[in-house]
Amino acid sequence: MTVAAAPLRILIGKVGLDGHDRGVKLVARALRDAGIEIIYTGLHQSPEQIVTTAIQEDVQAIGLSIHSGAHNSLFPRILGLLREQGAGDIVLFGGGIIPDEDVPRLKAAGVQMLFRPATPMHDIVEFVNGLRSER
Amino acid sequence: MNERKSRFTSLSGLDIERCYGPDHLKGWSAEQDLGQPGAFPYTRGCYPHMYRSRLWTMRQFAGFGSADDTNTRFKYLLDHGQTGLSVAFDLPTLMGLDSDDPLARGEVGYCGVAISSLADMERLFDGIPLDQVTTSMTINGPAAVLFAMYLAVAEKRGIPFGRLGGTIQNDILKEYIAQKEWLFPPEPHLALIVDTIGYCAAHVPKWHPISISGYHIREAGSTAIQELAFTLYNGLTYVEAAVKSGLEVDAFAPQLSFFFNVHNDFFEEIAKFRAARRLWAREMERRYHPRNPRSLQLRCHAQTAGCSLTAQQPMNNVVRTTLQALAAVLGGTQSLHTNSMDETLALPTEEAVKLALRTQQIIAAESETVNTVDPLGGSYFVETLTNRLEEGALELFRKLDGLGGMVSAIERGFPQREILDASQRYQHEIERQERGIVGVTEHREQDARSIPILKIGPEVEQDQVARLSDLRKSRDPFKMAGSLEELQEMASCHQNLMPPLIEAVKAKATLGEICAALKEVYGTYHEPVVL
Repeated sequence: MTVAAAPLRILIGKVGLDGHDRGVKLVARALRDAGIEIIYTGLHQSPEQIVTTAIQEDVQAIGLSIHSGAHNSLFPRILGLLREQGAGDIVLFGGGIIPDEDVPRLKAAGVQMLFRPATPMHDIVEFVNGLRSER
Repeated sequence: MNERKSRFTSLSGLDIERCYGPDHLKGWSAEQDLGQPGAFPYTRGCYPHMYRSRLWTMRQFAGFGSADDTNTRFKYLLDHGQTGLSVAFDLPTLMGLDSDDPLARGEVGYCGVAISSLADMERLFDGIPLDQVTTSMTINGPAAVLFAMYLAVAEKRGIPFGRLGGTIQNDILKEYIAQKEWLFPPEPHLALIVDTIGYCAAHVPKWHPISISGYHIREAGSTAIQELAFTLYNGLTYVEAAVKSGLEVDAFAPQLSFFFNVHNDFFEEIAKFRAARRLWAREMERRYHPRNPRSLQLRCHAQTAGCSLTAQQPMNNVVRTTLQALAAVLGGTQSLHTNSMDETLALPTEEAVKLALRTQQIIAAESETVNTVDPLGGSYFVETLTNRLEEGALELFRKLDGLGGMVSAIERGFPQREILDASQRYQHEIERQERGIVGVTEHREQDARSIPILKIGPEVEQDQVARLSDLRKSRDPFKMAGSLEELQEMASCHQNLMPPLIEAVKAKATLGEICAALKEVYGTYHEPVVL
């Protein structure tokens, strides 16, 4: 007997104070159109709020958009909170205005993927779909 | 003859024909629809001589790190021939939070300069003659507080308010629509904006108390028509609120200013500036019959489109910006910011911002495009586009009227959804390769050359936090608390808040303390989620 794969649930949101939500909303729409269940947090979320929502909603991954330059502070804080709360298995990925030179450090810290500006939507959908097989 | 495409469209999706001629302008009248430069309906420009008498103001938006860092950048720009200042604040400041607020962690000094107190503002303008430069401040939610700080700096230096020139952006409606930096619900925010408009009309006559902004609406993904329509409709909403508060239209309308984006579609953008002036003049005339012709004139600042820049092959951004800047000049802007090539990655370096400024200086000094007013006036194509943009905007005006005005439309998510849909259409066009982006969808390169970018260190935040701690220890706590109580009382009984705000900043209340005090009176706002 085969068991139908549970649908992917992904938290998509904006962390920190920046209000640039054009990109994140397009990503959320593209993922939703690809049949992925999206929890969209809206704007101005603190790292604590993001992690609490992710655990309550039992998501497999968190995708965050940061355009404020605060990525070097916000991503590590979220990773730390996830580990503290025993939710280190939740995948963290992101995108926004993140200079290339910051990417290796953030990936080493545990951010699984960072999408550069002008990434085709298809690549993001493919990455998220790829998370199914990892579980 | 085979053409390259079956359909040619403007960046905003308007169908563009092979060639334009007199048939496209049936019913159009040079007298009614074009007029003379400096005369109703101002299609050709606000002034009779435009750039023959005075070039546009070259105003590069700048701010990063501490007040001292930005002060140094301001002096650098003034030394290199810039003619006005424009302050970029960091996100905590834009949200009315102090640098030591827990929500500010990691964001202090990143997107702009951190200003939490009058002392910070004094350091920001140290050695800069406030009566000789004009200063534009991109600040919205807490605009009245930062304006109060600026006025208090001038007062300390003995400069009469009548000699201060500049602008606060102070446009909250577009925050709810696009940029998303608000503090309070729409109604008290509108009242606070009317306070600044009334205060400037009475005391700071050369100041623009608001810059009604389409820039952010366009950056959020709107079309040119949506940018035009939402911006001008927002403008009319502010005018109506000010008139309802008892102000005479001619007492404040000449001080209103506008701010537009300049995107890639060269002719559509030129037409947008022309349509904006005509539509504003016509609507103001129809609704308020002002006696002062300046109340009919739409004067604007323009900024090249940040969202058109690419992280890939960043030097290409210089060329994009040049074309956009030229469109703004041919459209007749009063002031201009040109983006730097590195701004998709970070705030600009000194070298990059100098090249962006030089771009404007080359257009002004070498292109000879500044010798005649509205050089494209009478072009069949540009006049047709101008007409279509005006018609398209009026159609959106009717929809907004039907929704009960802008505040009600925002609460229902109407402009937000229109913009999101437009941005998704554009994204699909790029992905289907119906529109090309050099370096991204075509002419890609594997080994992208990297350019130096500006770094903000953690010491900016540490220093700000230490300065705030010292400030809180050094001030008279009773005087400070008393100033906030006075402010709250005036807010509760709907008095003009500018005088108590000036008193509060002088009593060393911080930005965050003042905004928190006002939130106790006004409440906060949660946006409808539009997805």
